[in-house]
Amino acid sequence: MAEKLKLQEVEVWDGNMAFAQAMRQAQIDVVAAYPITPSTPTVHGYAKFLSDGYIDGEFVLVESEHAAMSGCVGAAAAGGRVATATSSQGFALMVEVLYQAAGMRLPIVLALVNRALASPLNVNGDHSDMYLGRDAGWIMIDAFNAQEAYDLMLMGFKIAEDLSVRLPVMINQDGFITSHTAQNVRPLQDEEAYEFIGEYQSVNPMLDFSHPVTYGAQTEEDWHFEFKARQHKALMDSKACIQEVFESFKTVTAREYNIVESYEMDDAQIAIVALGSTVESAVFAARKLREEGIKAGVVAPRLLRPFPYEAIKDALKDVKAIATLDRSSPGGALGMLYNEISAALYQGDNRPIINNYIYGLGGRDMTQENIMEIFRDIKKNADAGKLVTPLQQFSGLRGPKLSFF
Amino acid sequence: MNKEIRNLKQFSTSNDRFEGAHLLCPGCAHSIIVRELLNCTDDNLVIANATGCLEVCTAVYPHTSWDASWIHIGFENAATSASGAEAMYKALKRKGKLKDPDKPVKFVAFGGDGATYDIGFQFLSGAVERGHDFTYVCLDNEVYANTGGQRSSSTPIGASTTTTPAGRISYGEKKMKKDIVSIMAANGAPYVAQVSPNKWKDMVKKYQKALSIEGPAFINAMSACTTEWKFPSNETIQVSDLATDSLVFPLYEIEEGHKLTITYRPRKIIPVRDYLGAQGRFKHLFKKENEYLIEAMQKSVDAKWELLQRREEAGV
Repeated sequence: MAEKLKLQEVEVWDGNMAFAQAMRQAQIDVVAAYPITPSTPTVHGYAKFLSDGYIDGEFVLVESEHAAMSGCVGAAAAGGRVATATSSQGFALMVEVLYQAAGMRLPIVLALVNRALASPLNVNGDHSDMYLGRDAGWIMIDAFNAQEAYDLMLMGFKIAEDLSVRLPVMINQDGFITSHTAQNVRPLQDEEAYEFIGEYQSVNPMLDFSHPVTYGAQTEEDWHFEFKARQHKALMDSKACIQEVFESFKTVTAREYNIVESYEMDDAQIAIVALGSTVESAVFAARKLREEGIKAGVVAPRLLRPFPYEAIKDALKDVKAIATLDRSSPGGALGMLYNEISAALYQGDNRPIINNYIYGLGGRDMTQENIMEIFRDIKKNADAGKLVTPLQQFSGLRGPKLSFF
Repeated sequence: MNKEIRNLKQFSTSNDRFEGAHLLCPGCAHSIIVRELLNCTDDNLVIANATGCLEVCTAVYPHTSWDASWIHIGFENAATSASGAEAMYKALKRKGKLKDPDKPVKFVAFGGDGATYDIGFQFLSGAVERGHDFTYVCLDNEVYANTGGQRSSSTPIGASTTTTPAGRISYGEKKMKKDIVSIMAANGAPYVAQVSPNKWKDMVKKYQKALSIEGPAFINAMSACTTEWKFPSNETIQVSDLATDSLVFPLYEIEEGHKLTITYRPRKIIPVRDYLGAQGRFKHLFKKENEYLIEAMQKSVDAKWELLQRREEAGV
């Protein structure tokens, strides 16, 4: 067993170190990784732990991200704990294999440090990569700061490996904004963290030679449909386990996680729905606006896949107007969050006015002023009881206002 | 542990881990190449398979031809899935978590020439460079047979394929076949070899060597394709004989990247045209205006044979 590391009650870590420490504590058997900004320090941190004897798993330094995920799939099918980290183009290169990992029901954990997709080439944070992977069949969980990156990474292993789930899990955090910003993080001690995650339990491992297994078989139209439907069901059903893991984490740490987080929502009339580091900024902006008597609130899906439709409906049941903030180029449509939130609310009794704001692409700052402007914008809709602003707008863009519909 | 093999009859009737009831074409050499590898060892096996004829014909859910651990991910990454599985084996062994830690395990990857020479080239190169202990076998039928007979970078010059069809102004494939064996030797594989199923003893000997050495081994196996090479399905071994006896497909091995040994010298070397003439894909070369190509191919085969012999003599 690898040597333990004694941690302080409060450590100063950036989001990448938070990922790396959680991966160390999980005592992963195989990591196959390829470096890419801004997730590189996760891998550097992991490599250093390995060099110092704090990890005794195998570290496979592959030649591409496609190979990183391919190696992870091979290793996970062989039967052990597996994880990797990536961003942006690397994630895009992995996408083919993400589908394979999910289809084979392999509990791989991916630390995804969100970054824009080229072109133009850009190394900074936005959610284009995360959005690209949203139909791959992975559980996708979003961390808004370094503490959450650490916590959710630990929980990611527990969720993925749960015998009722057995699906790959992706933990997202914002490139640079949280991945490179040092923050106070309260870690678990090594034994406590490992005990929380638990020992890896193999299911149909290739290394059990008394039961030969065939992974990645071909199906025709006679079976493919059934497989994909079952996979979808497994994802939908995983919400229960995720909720349980959040609860058991709370009993260990007193830190509370929900599949949809709500802030200042008790009497909110208008709400912003956002992801990542923007959530904390939006909460700050909402509190400022409340000083002016504007009843603003924030709702943040912790879970992107499976999408928490019911919990979203519940969190937004009383608001009059909503702004959904998408940090990814919509590519000829309304943003992903807009579509999901609209779908969730359309089935309910409350059908608030929903706007879509595209913001922060390629690392563009999302300021308090921007967010307050959005709140004030949607308040106009709430007051008018109908849509009086453009349905889709670009927030924080230079030059003439870009809006649609 | 390598299996002791007395004769073909004993070998072919001993228990194997590749079931006969697969969907490969009648006469396909893939099944011979694969079955003999699985049959030459008693060790536990983890097999990674690239997308291709072998994969689509042996694991159609809910059936499988494999009585061994087997995985297919994609077209390009058989070498990498073997790498991952091998890494997991090492990790679990070190941590004392293996069920049967004393029984040796061999990691094997199978890929066609497309998966090896082309789309999976980077993945294979990476896995060999990293030194994983596995054996990669390329089922070299010189064409993308599974997708309908398109050229690959293993397709020999002059072959008519669906993407380089011989026509009114074209004689078919214009490029020389990529020399994958030299590349893999230079890539750092401590053992590389060419094998052909008509020389089964040579093939099995090389398999056993590849499996027993530590580190990556690469085997390029000529796999005559009755469908795309266009010959009758009962002539697979005869066509393979023509390939090895004309020296179009010479049998040799390279150890430690340089020590080359020729393992089969035909008693009587036959002309390249005899090999070409047995296959429909080269039929157009026998037109008067294309005859010069046959001469050119003969010269190229002679030159390669000369080079192999010189390298063997020099031992460097």
